[in-house]
Amino acid sequence: MALQLENVTKRFGDFTAVDDLTLSIEEGTMYGFLGANGAGKTTTFRMILGLLNANEGQIAWNGKTISYSTSPEIGYLPEERGLYPKMKVEEQLIFLGELRGMKKADAKKAIGYWLDRFEVPQYLNKRVEELSKGNQQKIQVIAALMHDPKLLILDEPFSGLDPVNVEMLKRAIIDFRNTGATIIFSSHRMDHVEELCEQLSIIHKGQQIVKGSLREVKRSFGRQNVRIRSDHDLTKLDHILGVKSVSHSVEGAVFQIEEEDVANELLTAALQEGPIRHFEIEEPSLQDIFIAKVGKEHA
Amino acid sequence: MREFWIIFKQAFTSKAKAKSFIITTLIMMVAIFLLANISKIIDTVQDMTGGEEEEVLHVVDTSGVLIDPLRAQLETEESGIVVKATEESEQELTDKVTSEDIDSFLTLSVDEQGTIHANYTTMSMMDFSLPGRIQDALQSIQTEMKANELSLSGAQVQTLFTPIQFEQQNISPSAKSEEELNTARVLVYVLMFVIYFSVIMYSSMIAMDVANEKSSRVMEILISSVSPVKHMFAKVLGVGSLGILQIIIYGITGFIAFKTSATEIPGGFSDFFSLKDVSPSTLVYAAVFFVLGFFLYATLAALLGSLVSRTEDVQQMIMPMTLLIVAAFIIAATGLGNPEIGYLKYASYFPFFTPLVMFLRVGLLDLPMWEPLLSIAIMLATIFILGWFGARVYRGGVLMYGPSRSLKDIKKAIQLGKE
Repeated sequence: MALQLENVTKRFGDFTAVDDLTLSIEEGTMYGFLGANGAGKTTTFRMILGLLNANEGQIAWNGKTISYSTSPEIGYLPEERGLYPKMKVEEQLIFLGELRGMKKADAKKAIGYWLDRFEVPQYLNKRVEELSKGNQQKIQVIAALMHDPKLLILDEPFSGLDPVNVEMLKRAIIDFRNTGATIIFSSHRMDHVEELCEQLSIIHKGQQIVKGSLREVKRSFGRQNVRIRSDHDLTKLDHILGVKSVSHSVEGAVFQIEEEDVANELLTAALQEGPIRHFEIEEPSLQDIFIAKVGKEHA
Repeated sequence: MREFWIIFKQAFTSKAKAKSFIITTLIMMVAIFLLANISKIIDTVQDMTGGEEEEVLHVVDTSGVLIDPLRAQLETEESGIVVKATEESEQELTDKVTSEDIDSFLTLSVDEQGTIHANYTTMSMMDFSLPGRIQDALQSIQTEMKANELSLSGAQVQTLFTPIQFEQQNISPSAKSEEELNTARVLVYVLMFVIYFSVIMYSSMIAMDVANEKSSRVMEILISSVSPVKHMFAKVLGVGSLGILQIIIYGITGFIAFKTSATEIPGGFSDFFSLKDVSPSTLVYAAVFFVLGFFLYATLAALLGSLVSRTEDVQQMIMPMTLLIVAAFIIAATGLGNPEIGYLKYASYFPFFTPLVMFLRVGLLDLPMWEPLLSIAIMLATIFILGWFGARVYRGGVLMYGPSRSLKDIKKAIQLGKE
């Protein structure tokens, strides 16, 4: 296990920000950290980085605690983006790279590579304040991974990027993982986590309410969606035993069920109403799981 | 240590390369040169505008005997005042003054005792040197007249007016000689200003810098790779070195400026304030108190800067600190005339006042060695305590966001720092 958190609890006065969190991340994998705003994601990251100390529990990176001596091994993209507005991109990245233990020449090489990769080499000598927000974010991602960290912590890496840049960044992160780095990232975009992460956690108000691999999480959720498209009225199907909820649309209906057998009953019942155009059993999306667990108000 | 120097370098060079810094430094250098050559510049300007204008003085002399001596007197003084006799009535002249045809007029008469009565009428409120000169001229005319009356010779008159020889001597053990004191007073005053301004300027620069890093949220990346304590001291040292560099530039500029202008204006400012009379110990103390004062206030400023999350709140947050410096300056300024006032002694040991007040005392008085040394020791201890305390506040403060703008947040920050 590369990164291990055991029964970590963090309290600020009477407020418990993170409650008894346990998770472990294997080397070379990507871990998704889901939670609504204020769920405790940033606090957890700050504890992993050693900026805050846990009240209880242990955090270990390859068996040792993370401190400033391990800082070259770690890359961090904070949720609140920030760079020196007046400094030029290159100076800034060299400065931040040197702080993470890079040599100036290596930093320059890495900056060249990553600026090309993110298709923004023309910004090398621009001041950060002249860049658009999305481009500033790219620069900040570069600052987080230019020194080839073994552990990369990304707090909401995709927020504020357009779809093209989201794809570009995803690709870069996947390639980065393939070089053997361990990546932990938070998001409230379920689709990104679904696409990228082998393992995930959902935390809500400091509590870890879901944890495991994507497949485990989906299976243990125990609900599936049945999507039927038909020109006939499907309202009769609403009352079949085992249907948890249903949403009708002009094209047909989506039934949420707990047992797979119910799907067959639904199909038979639908065919009795008339021919159908589409029938599908869908796995629950993370979005569904998240909403079900955390509550609709946070979706 | 490596990270320390990286931050130090960054704090130093990013400021030193900033246009605002370069421009301010250049403007100050030009200002110093102008100041050093001020009398030359005034002369040049006067030459270009045709020199001093002759002033015409309209005189109504009812006695008839005063106008010629007055003219002669003013001529020998090369005052540039042209006396013009006039027969017009006082009323007419008053009208002319009101309608600004003439600047002023003077009526002269002599009473039975032989005392000159003069009446100077003008509209201009700025006019005070001219009446003074006329008064002096009339005074000497009267003296001459009275001397004639008493049949005194010129030499006798001279003896009458021989000034007494007055010399001041202070036998207090801590006092310096009067001449020493005068040069020292000017030097101390100038250096007090330098210390005062640079402490205010550079410490608010640090507070601003820290708040800037917080408000631009770059702080979180910084403190995830280098400890806040290291960051704080690297910042203080970086800006401090920049300040010292700037002062040295000004010092050299001033030295060159006054040296080059000294040969040309005898009796100018540079004669009065020549570096050769200055005791080197005063300069050493100036340097020591500048450096210590800077570190004391800079540490405090970094601490305060770490508490705010928006640069707009910085000024408000460092207000108490600014008031401390201002208080120190006022206390020191009251002591310029009399550095032996009782409360100065006590104030000079209060670390936040020491850089100015103790410097004043040590510059103007012959203090026993232990006094400045004790105050320096107190300052060092305070800097150490403040550094230790500041580091704790800083650790939490930099993570704290929100509308923090009061000193109460120090407690919150320490709490967060511990966590």
